[in-house]
Amino acid sequence: MTMAAAATEVRASYAFVERNINLVKRYWGWELVWMLYTIANSIAVVMIARGVNGSVSGQGLSDAQIDELVLILCVGALVWHYLAVVFETVSDMISWERWEGTIEYTFMAPVHRGTHMVGTALFSLVYGLVHTAVVLVVIVLMFDLNMDQANYLSATLVLMVGSISLIGIGIMGAVLPLLYPERGMQMTHVIQAALVLISGVYIAAEDMPEPLATISVISPARYIIEGIREALIYNASPMDLWKTMVGLLAAGLVLIPVGVWVFSLGERYAKRTGKLKRSG
Amino acid sequence: MESTSVLEPAPPAASPNPVLAVTPLRDQKIAVDVQNATKVFVTPPSLLSRLRGNRTPRKRVVAVDNISLQVRRGEIFGILGPNGTGKSTLIRLMSTLLIPDSGSVTVFGYDIEKDEATVKRLINRVSVEASFFKKLSPMENLLYGARLYSVDAAEARVSIRRILKRLGIEDESVMSPMEDMSRGMQQKVAIARAFLSAPIVLLLDEPTTGLDPHSKKEVQAFVREIRDVHDATVLLTTHDMQEADDLCDRIAIVDQGGIVALDTGAALKERVKGEKYPNPTLEDVFLELTGKSFVDSDVEEKP
Repeated sequence: MTMAAAATEVRASYAFVERNINLVKRYWGWELVWMLYTIANSIAVVMIARGVNGSVSGQGLSDAQIDELVLILCVGALVWHYLAVVFETVSDMISWERWEGTIEYTFMAPVHRGTHMVGTALFSLVYGLVHTAVVLVVIVLMFDLNMDQANYLSATLVLMVGSISLIGIGIMGAVLPLLYPERGMQMTHVIQAALVLISGVYIAAEDMPEPLATISVISPARYIIEGIREALIYNASPMDLWKTMVGLLAAGLVLIPVGVWVFSLGERYAKRTGKLKRSG
Repeated sequence: MESTSVLEPAPPAASPNPVLAVTPLRDQKIAVDVQNATKVFVTPPSLLSRLRGNRTPRKRVVAVDNISLQVRRGEIFGILGPNGTGKSTLIRLMSTLLIPDSGSVTVFGYDIEKDEATVKRLINRVSVEASFFKKLSPMENLLYGARLYSVDAAEARVSIRRILKRLGIEDESVMSPMEDMSRGMQQKVAIARAFLSAPIVLLLDEPTTGLDPHSKKEVQAFVREIRDVHDATVLLTTHDMQEADDLCDRIAIVDQGGIVALDTGAALKERVKGEKYPNPTLEDVFLELTGKSFVDSDVEEKP
């Protein structure tokens, strides 16, 4: 690819970012509801930590232990929310366009499929970060969380690097709505549910039942959550987390091309069978 | 004063179409070449049937049956036939949205499968349903389209207003959601979107279906203008006999996935002129060539 062609693709990728930003603006009412729903969900999870002291533990936990539990659950809920937003935005790009009826138009445009996905992924990162930041601020204020030990730089780096691999999985997931117009979107939710189950969102991966703990080794989300917990709760520096970040980067560099390849196979199949159309 | 054309005259030294400046045409005379193209849609047997060893498809529809045709550069070429006869499938093949089971489709010498990226730069399509992000405005939708086709955003904003105004869409509607517009208006925006990318081949899949007579005339005038001023080739599917007769230089009549006749409107009518049809219409031509009336043949559209 020449430099000029690459520049054209970069410009085209902005088409998807701008379009999605415009959609968020136009659907602002829904965005508000979605934000409230997310905040309520996150608060409910964090309240489990507050409640566990009285209802489960016979002898009671120290304030420090409760704070730690609150932060563990809070980080799990927030990071999972962010990853779910990124994953859903990428994997829903097909269902959304099919619903709007624009899928044929977008797929007919002279844009490389990788550009299409990178553009969508870029938006998902920004959108996920903004969304999660708002929820974080509300929770910190509401629960008076002690974030003195938080290393925000480390957490942000782990989140950014880790997002790459999630985008790769999201691209693979996007092939499902392409091939199964009626139920493809629900299938991507199954992938998400599986990731939640094995990634140690609410309890540490090593504390999960043996089969799940073993499978969790292959989930990038597990390392993202663990890395961010280390950064926000135990003040881990970027240097402390370099192995996690290198591993996540390597996973991302493999998963994105694999995702695009899987999607291109699906697209070709859809063109052969007539599934690349606006209605099911 | 506003020009009556949406197209500003090209500078003398420049190519009449910006796409041609970056994409040399392999074939200068034949815009679209379809050779023995066949497309069959198969509904596979259910999982239960397959487990029982039954591999027979539940349904098999021959949408395009060994079709060959050539559209010359600068033509307005009509594909006329009732719903469900393969017109849209043919257009979707040309649009790179489908891959033929056999045969080939080329656009100015570029194969839709091997040279997909180049073909995509040369074409654009308007389908029977104006497909937009309904909450977005015409400006937002068209700007998205312009960026996909590498049109400079600042230039696009100016062009969008000019083209939409020419098509009778007022300034206040340009920034309002598409869902607030009538179907006719939406279809005009769809045509503007296709035009914005300066396609060398414009594929129009029943662009005037469902429009009121006035909107229909406006769209038809625009189609002529795109061909005359812009050096574009237009391929138009329709089941409107009058539209095909008025607009198209040549017409292919299709039935059951195949071409039953291909000629100018006048020549087609001349074929059946006689005692039975002293002043034949294209409907008479269809009846004579297929043995059935146009309305009887109007079946549900297949994939």
